[in-house]
Amino acid sequence: MSDPKYIERYTPKERGNHWIVALCFILAALSGLSLFHPSLFFFSGLFGGGPWARILHPFIGVAMFLFFCITMARFWSLNKMTDADRTWMKSIKDVIMNREKDLPEIGKYNAGQKYMFWLMVTCMWLLIASGIMMWRPYFAASFPIDLVRVAVVVHAASAVVLVIGIIVHVYATIWVKGTLRAMMRGNVSAAWARHHHPGWYREVTGGNGGNTGGK
Amino acid sequence: MQSQDIVARSGTTTPSPSVRQTTEVAKLIDESKCIGCKACQVACMNWNDLRDDVGTNVGVYDNPQDLTPSSWTLMRFFEVETEKDKLEWLIRKDGCMHCAEPGCLQACPSPGAIVKYSNGIVDFISENCIGCGYCVTGCPFNVPRISKADNKAYKCSLCSDRVAVGQAPACVKTCPTGAISFGSKEDMSIYAEKRAGELRERGHKDAGVYDPKGVGGTHVMYVLKHADRPELVGLPKDPSVSTMVALWKGATKPIATALMGMAAFAGFLHYVMVGPKEVAEDEANENAKEQA
Repeated sequence: MSDPKYIERYTPKERGNHWIVALCFILAALSGLSLFHPSLFFFSGLFGGGPWARILHPFIGVAMFLFFCITMARFWSLNKMTDADRTWMKSIKDVIMNREKDLPEIGKYNAGQKYMFWLMVTCMWLLIASGIMMWRPYFAASFPIDLVRVAVVVHAASAVVLVIGIIVHVYATIWVKGTLRAMMRGNVSAAWARHHHPGWYREVTGGNGGNTGGK
Repeated sequence: MQSQDIVARSGTTTPSPSVRQTTEVAKLIDESKCIGCKACQVACMNWNDLRDDVGTNVGVYDNPQDLTPSSWTLMRFFEVETEKDKLEWLIRKDGCMHCAEPGCLQACPSPGAIVKYSNGIVDFISENCIGCGYCVTGCPFNVPRISKADNKAYKCSLCSDRVAVGQAPACVKTCPTGAISFGSKEDMSIYAEKRAGELRERGHKDAGVYDPKGVGGTHVMYVLKHADRPELVGLPKDPSVSTMVALWKGATKPIATALMGMAAFAGFLHYVMVGPKEVAEDEANENAKEQA
């Protein structure tokens, strides 16, 4: 069979959706961090000052959540954990140190990517639920104050986890060369696919990726 | 107020000017002397140039029903059976307690929107208020109110402008029965204990002073007839800033901020120490060969 130089990984719609969520995340994170700690309050200047950061943040957050729902629906089943994933996770140290020998075959996503997906899903739900409870002037007054007090902690904590998660997500793209192309142009090189996601490579090239008989 | 008088400032991590020391002040409200005339409410409106909307009568004396952005103090009326078959009519002047450790100030993310003066007064600097309502979340006494008109938080200032020039707050000045007094915190504490003692002698065996230690003491204190049960007049028994707020605003924030920065730096270190994962082009060739 023919071996294409590049393989499609993300459709234009998936890319568009991803970057809308990413832009919303950057804006929500900067405006949120401005209220997170005094040392970061200067970020509010990017939004036109403290009141504007406070006004815009929840609307940006809701937009992020709604567009993320599309991401969530589209990638949900692709991120189901398998036994191979759990085995892969046991060798996570080797993966981090770039020692990629004897790892179980990886499909479209490796276990690290899958955990990242579920981490994002969890954080998004926590953020939207707690965010609505503390949203002034619209909703906060309708919730009991003790619940609002829990919400502010949940919101701040899940935001920190998400920010650190996104730092890992972004770094993984810088770390694994040839990855950014997947989300910018929609495709990856055949070599990249075969090296990092052999199972997926086989699947998209018609079950003949070279790994079936030999190993 | 001079900026040198500010000893604590919201959204600020470095010490505020603290060389100047002024006497800590306190307002003392003697529940037993209050007749519920609401002159304090009127004086407060008058001095602070506030006019609340005309409300509706719902069958109780409380008017308005609750503290609002333009009603910073409020007489609250309580009909309670303190013992079986003994009805008492208790009246409490509600408003900001001016805590020594203010939860509102701790929760506020906006630099300088809430300040504490060296005389103990906690004041909202409205021009710095961003309208997030975190002060409401932080307050153990349910005092700050957010205006629907401008989304800014408002509450009693203890007439910080009057106190700054040596005058008593407007409510104190106007009270016809002397139920509200004002002076140094020390004097007021001594006077409060004396009054509580007098009340106990006169048969109010549970009379005492309300100056809750959970918030470091307050600069508005009460002499209560039932100090053992402050909840009878809508006061929390042992108020303190919620542990949730302490968790939210305490050491966790600088630690979490550092963690986020460190995560980014860890990525950089990994890149320079371990290096990127690259797939060589000839691997693609091999790939093609293998398939051939």
